[in-house]
Amino acid sequence: MNMISLTNISKSFHVGKASQFVAVNDVSLDIEPGKVTILKGPSGSGKTTLMTLIGCMARPTSGRIVLSGMRAAWMASEEPAGVEITSLPERFLNDIRRRTFGFVFQQFNLLKGISVLENVMLPAYPTGEDHREFAKRAGVLLEQFSIARHASSPVEWLSGGELQRVAIARALINDPSVIIADEPTAHLDTALSREFMTIVGTLKKAGKTILIASHDPIVFDSPLADRVVEMRDGVITSSGPKP
Amino acid sequence: MIKTHRIRKSTVFLVLTIVNVMAFSLLMLHARSVQGRAGELLASSSRIARELQLTDLCLFTEARYTRHPAMGDVHAAFQDHPIALEHFPSGSLVPAPLPLVR
Amino acid sequence: MNRTIERHKNILEFSLSSLLRRKTKNASLLAIYTLIVFAIASLLFFLSAMKREALLILKDAPDMVVQRMEAGRQDLVPLSYAKEIAALRGVREVKPRLWGYYYDSPSGGNLTVMTAEMPAGFIKIGSGVSRLRRATAADVIVLQSYDNEVPLMLEIEEVLPYESELAAADLVIMSELDFRKLFKFPQGHATDLALTVANPRELSTLAGKIVDKFPDARPILKSEMLRTYDSIFDWRGGMMLVMMIAAVLSFIIFAWDRATGLSAEERKEIGILKSIGWETSDVLLLKFWEGAVISLSAFFFGVIAAYVHVYFFSAPLFQPVLKGWSVLYPQFKLVPAVDTYQLGVLFFLTVAPYTFATIIPCWRAATIDPDAAMRS
Repeated sequence: MNMISLTNISKSFHVGKASQFVAVNDVSLDIEPGKVTILKGPSGSGKTTLMTLIGCMARPTSGRIVLSGMRAAWMASEEPAGVEITSLPERFLNDIRRRTFGFVFQQFNLLKGISVLENVMLPAYPTGEDHREFAKRAGVLLEQFSIARHASSPVEWLSGGELQRVAIARALINDPSVIIADEPTAHLDTALSREFMTIVGTLKKAGKTILIASHDPIVFDSPLADRVVEMRDGVITSSGPKP
Repeated sequence: MIKTHRIRKSTVFLVLTIVNVMAFSLLMLHARSVQGRAGELLASSSRIARELQLTDLCLFTEARYTRHPAMGDVHAAFQDHPIALEHFPSGSLVPAPLPLVR
Repeated sequence: MNRTIERHKNILEFSLSSLLRRKTKNASLLAIYTLIVFAIASLLFFLSAMKREALLILKDAPDMVVQRMEAGRQDLVPLSYAKEIAALRGVREVKPRLWGYYYDSPSGGNLTVMTAEMPAGFIKIGSGVSRLRRATAADVIVLQSYDNEVPLMLEIEEVLPYESELAAADLVIMSELDFRKLFKFPQGHATDLALTVANPRELSTLAGKIVDKFPDARPILKSEMLRTYDSIFDWRGGMMLVMMIAAVLSFIIFAWDRATGLSAEERKEIGILKSIGWETSDVLLLKFWEGAVISLSAFFFGVIAAYVHVYFFSAPLFQPVLKGWSVLYPQFKLVPAVDTYQLGVLFFLTVAPYTFATIIPCWRAATIDPDAAMRS
């Protein structure tokens, strides 16, 4: 069963203006559940855009994205055939995004002045879930990433590697089945990048589907990478061997 | 295991707000109960006012013309000259009687 | 339902964390804000209580007071006026009043001297006078008469009760005989005339008749006295207006600060929140709570402090203004008069604008696409 399936996805910006450009051009791709998929390519190749489309952050200009094997609050039961997300209304899309995807950003995007614990819990706040529940989960995640002793310190006191782990913990707070990471190692040295890949390994073992955009050899040459998809100028140049 | 469930700030704020609302309500009740007893509290004022046919509160005793604002006329405040500067601070709080200004 | 409450509580939690980041700034904001609410609410409470007291006194005031003017100044009324006015139709009673002001040079206080049915040689004094002269019942007070010969020695029969201070703090009540002696007051004259009429609705017609008969008379109707107090104690004019202008100006400054103060930092944060799954409405709710936490707290702190200030401590902060230069100031305890409508207006004027001023500038920032944070 395919987890995420993209069919003829295109995304254009500034449509109808002189500056119009096509960031993603007619991409079709299946992303397998429980695997590590790497999107490789130079900057401007459309990796990030493709990931925002998959992560329900933006809608494609054309094409279809079908998610299967997930369940949103508004669904009576799990849809066996998958849900076509491109045409869903905003709030349903948001709901899917919150439950299905966890994001790790290049700049980490942590909020300054706010404690580590609260930064990790932030994505759970608007879900209306009982605070005790997600606070417990956050505690477990902080333990797991050995940043528990910093729980109440503001994030700016932490080192780069610790910030990285806080960002990953935050991505995991709503227990998503898919982790999307955009250039996660861009600001890390080799040791920390390797540490990141170790964490990816544990997540993979936990059954998460992982999608990483990167042009860092430590990432795409890693034995953990099940599949490397290469992109250039908005199109897939090599979709790698299916695992 | 770290302690993640301490007393939440939002709880503190909500409790504070409830305390505020309660204090406010208590004060309103206080106002009510004092008003209930207002008759006896104000009885002596009332009696004196009736007996002496008083017309004004004894608020501004600093000058003759501010002592009985209800009895004043338009120029009462300007005893010396219509555009003389106000001598007394309360003069600026007590406008000329409304029906006369018109 | 539960989820909605939890969502609010969670977002409120983050609002508080967010506010606590700029502790000093937000604490001083809260302090200034509380101070403004405190000042306005104090004034509201004070004025409505004062108005009540004034109305209470005016309730039993004469229906009409007739003064006589001489060359534009108030002068004594000949008693012959009283007789003629009493003969007018509709007049039930005319009572010549004898009263005046006595400047007590040793203490520097202005006393109001009034007359009542009393044995000569005795006086009743208001508790303010008692304080000023340090004299109580059975003491003798010396007043300098206009006669320049003999000072008047008067024995205090009674000090008027403390509760009546607001009406009678500066009163000295004496017999007519002593009054005339004190001021060398001419026989056959009174200070003014107090009228009682049969039908209050005929008051203005009657006033017209009096002026026709005596062009130098100045009738003051009870309704005019009421209006005078209304204009002093009305919260939309007089003292209140000055305060209101100051308060409104400070709100504008606040709002301006908020409206223009959406920093790049704040904008970036909103982007991050959107990217990790917050919806536009969640961000606006966050901003709503940020504004409401400050303004709601300020409202309650301010109003509660104002109530205590005015009704428990008799508005000590207003006393310098009200007192002015007067030596004799009543010590009063106000009976609470709370106008819910006024409080409602105050609530709306304080909580609503600030909260809106917090939300509005974020409106646009909150609608940015969730992927914006990823591509910056």
